[in-house]
Amino acid sequence: MIGIIEIIVVILLAAGVFFMLTGAIGLLRFPDFYTRLHATGKCDTLGEVLIIAGLLLHHFFVYSSVPGAELSVKLVPVKLLFLIVFIFLANPTATHAIMKAAYNTGEKPWKVGEERK
Amino acid sequence: MIKIFLAVGLLIALTILLALCRTVLGPGVFNRVAAINVIGTKTIVLLVIIGYIFERPLFFDISLLYALLNFIGTLAFAKYLERGEVWSG
Repeated sequence: MIGIIEIIVVILLAAGVFFMLTGAIGLLRFPDFYTRLHATGKCDTLGEVLIIAGLLLHHFFVYSSVPGAELSVKLVPVKLLFLIVFIFLANPTATHAIMKAAYNTGEKPWKVGEERK
Repeated sequence: MIKIFLAVGLLIALTILLALCRTVLGPGVFNRVAAINVIGTKTIVLLVIIGYIFERPLFFDISLLYALLNFIGTLAFAKYLERGEVWSG
């Protein structure tokens, strides 16, 4: 039983790390500001939520079976759920705000054939 | 399981290093602010993983606080760069 749960946790963690690495490479390699935010805004959100979901599953099947655990340990899944909801709400909002600010101050999008910035 | 968490933490640190390259290189202030926002959101996950490696529940509170502060900081930076002031009126 615990073996299947561990495999699922490792798959979730690996998928999250894959998405985060893809977002970081996109941030480093894409030609201009808008494409860079396009890479990181979605990849980071999904990757972080996957990693925290994997840790939540790990917590449910490892720590909740310990008898007489402290209240701070019992409250950890609530905090992780708060983190998931907050990242899903806040990360796209922050990306949108910074991109709108750049657009309103006149940052030009990159076109094919121009030099990479 | 601890070793897997350690490997995940090291890979997240690697992605933070890549984003730090963009912070140093990036032309203009918007690239830098965006890269700093990315570093902050990755640090949230790194703090959660550190909490599981050392088995201390305190780190989850720190990561919640870090998420809130990072979001507010990015919004304030965006408003400041757009209008020249944070509070209008």
